[in-house]
Amino acid sequence: MPSSPAGRTLDVEDLTVRYGQALAVDGVTLAIEPGEVVALLGPSGCGKTTLLRVIAGFVRQAGGRVRVDGATIDHLPSNQRNIGIVFQNYALFPHMNVAENVAYGLRARGVRGPDVMARVASCLDTVQLGAFKERLPRQLSGGQQQRVALARALAVEPSILLLDEPFAALDRNLRLDMQIEVKRLQRTLGLTTILVTHDQDEAMSVADRIAVMNKGKVEQFDTPVAIYDRPQTLFVNGFIGTTNLMNGKIASLQNGTATVSLDAGATLSLPAPPGIGLGAPIQLSVRPEQLALSSVPGPDAWRIEPGLSLPLGGQLVHEARTADGGALKIVEPRRASAADTARLYCTLAADARPSLFPRST
Amino acid sequence: MRKLAEWQLALPLALAFISIFLAPLLLLVGVSFFNDDKISQPGFGQWIKFFGDPFSYKVIADTMLLGVKTVAATILVGYPLALVYLDASPRVQRVLIFIIVLPLLLSVVVRTFAWIVVLGREGVINQLLMSLGIISEPLKLLQTELGLVISLTQIEMPLMLLPLISVMSRLDPNLRDASAALGASRWRTLFTVIVPLSMPGLVAGCLLVFASSTTAFISQTVIGGVRLIYLPLLIWQQSLVVFNWPFAAVISISLLVSVLTVVSALSWFGRKSGGYVHG
Ligand SMILES: Nc1ncnc2c1ncn2[C@@H]1O[C@H](COP(=O)(O)OP(=O)(O)OP(=O)(O)O)[C@@H](O)[C@H]1O
Ligand SMILES: [Mg+2]
Repeated sequence: MPSSPAGRTLDVEDLTVRYGQALAVDGVTLAIEPGEVVALLGPSGCGKTTLLRVIAGFVRQAGGRVRVDGATIDHLPSNQRNIGIVFQNYALFPHMNVAENVAYGLRARGVRGPDVMARVASCLDTVQLGAFKERLPRQLSGGQQQRVALARALAVEPSILLLDEPFAALDRNLRLDMQIEVKRLQRTLGLTTILVTHDQDEAMSVADRIAVMNKGKVEQFDTPVAIYDRPQTLFVNGFIGTTNLMNGKIASLQNGTATVSLDAGATLSLPAPPGIGLGAPIQLSVRPEQLALSSVPGPDAWRIEPGLSLPLGGQLVHEARTADGGALKIVEPRRASAADTARLYCTLAADARPSLFPRST
Repeated sequence: MRKLAEWQLALPLALAFISIFLAPLLLLVGVSFFNDDKISQPGFGQWIKFFGDPFSYKVIADTMLLGVKTVAATILVGYPLALVYLDASPRVQRVLIFIIVLPLLLSVVVRTFAWIVVLGREGVINQLLMSLGIISEPLKLLQTELGLVISLTQIEMPLMLLPLISVMSRLDPNLRDASAALGASRWRTLFTVIVPLSMPGLVAGCLLVFASSTTAFISQTVIGGVRLIYLPLLIWQQSLVVFNWPFAAVISISLLVSVLTVVSALSWFGRKSGGYVHG
């Protein structure tokens, strides 16, 4: 493997893709830093693969531009873009053995002689498949095929690496190993990488930033922590992690602080969200671990009707109902005193950062 | 009731196979070992007569060559057509598949006489070429090998295209994209990925076209005429004109063996090259 080449920037500007009448990608803009790993996260059919296919040059966009290091690549056919891609089903050439698969891109670029095999050997060593050169793809396990696909993509020193759900077909343990492996390789090579996934844990653990997509649009493009803690839209909020939604309205607005009165029967003071006016109906979203149970009534506590409590690893998940009929999930660390039945009130935990979204009525 | 063993289910087919295929074949072999057309004197006379005559070898070679030329022409026309089919939208694919199987839906006789109209002195091809000023004299296409190969190419085309398309449409479309992303040109992708992986379909198509065109008696005689002599014409003359059945049997067996030799060589090659595709 080469010593880390400088990573490239990748800019996707206002990209739109149509299949017939249907919009598959709808005005997507992403500015990706050199050496960054960006995860495209979203439900099935939201346009993740299509976006990758445009960047790789397999599909033409209806509008917008793709730039690598500032230069547009839209006019280039895919064989001149130098973009490495690993397909979800790996797409290894079934009639070529592992070494021939990895050598394919080098040969296509006119590399000849002993250089080819030396490079193939070093790429296969990097993915720890040096002993498998002679095997055909069908004689390899899923994880091994995946590593061959990665070695094949990396052998030609691409400027950008695209990974389309590369870990989806792997079992849990292998997936974790491969995630670490890919992350390590990407770091050493300094490769700008886009990773498509619909597994949010994968996105959280592998990516520097996550673009959450829905119906062809990017809903939020941010760091994993920001996406989790400060979701910008209801969709992102619901798609990432588990959340509780409670109805209410803005009772007063003062100096950037909003007083929210919840239908469940409590009044909370929160930072005022932009663009929401006095009296507007809102939805308050709060993570289960940001709620706390209490036995003391108060203005910022609302009464609940406790339901089941389930242990989940080191945590305890409580289910509860609010006075206005909403369901809540509350997570707290498991303690000896957890089975306290007198705790009939719910409050925000001390470090809670609930989000407010306008509610259409 | 006792359950039927699986081999018993195959019994009707086996019986039919033995009675209408194996028995006549054995009969044919038996008949070939008689010296006279009354089938009364056993001997190797007919075999010696056929293989002692240099003309026989020429006819065998011409017949095999006709098969090879037809196979080559169907590949040349059919392979690009299969590629077009793969890239076409589903609606265009339906139209194409109809056009492709059309020759199979027409009677052999109709097809063959249609080709006479197309290839004749005053036929469509000659009139077109003359009106475009490409030729001044009509080309002689009927009763030539060229005209015969042209018409056989069209007639046998479905046998090439159907297996080819069925194998090619099962190929992972990502393979082409993977190849392009690795820097390969379209031609390189075609020759290093698509052609090798479509080999089983190509070989199956070649087998069918070869076997069918070398034995296409009606097309050979109607379009090729009696001056182009292939083995099927020889068999017909000996069995139904001269009534020398033992000699006809010898020619038939020679045709069968020649075709089988080429066909098994091809299918051996196909197995060797196509082993990885569905592994
Ligand atoms: N070749 C195509 N022709 C027509 N429509 C297509 C084509 N490919 C994708 N689409 C449509 O475009 C939309 C986006 O598809 P895409 O494959 O990008 O989704 P995705 O986000 O990758 O989904 P998944 O997570 O299931 O892979 C879908 O609605 C899909 O039906
Ligand atoms: Mg996809």
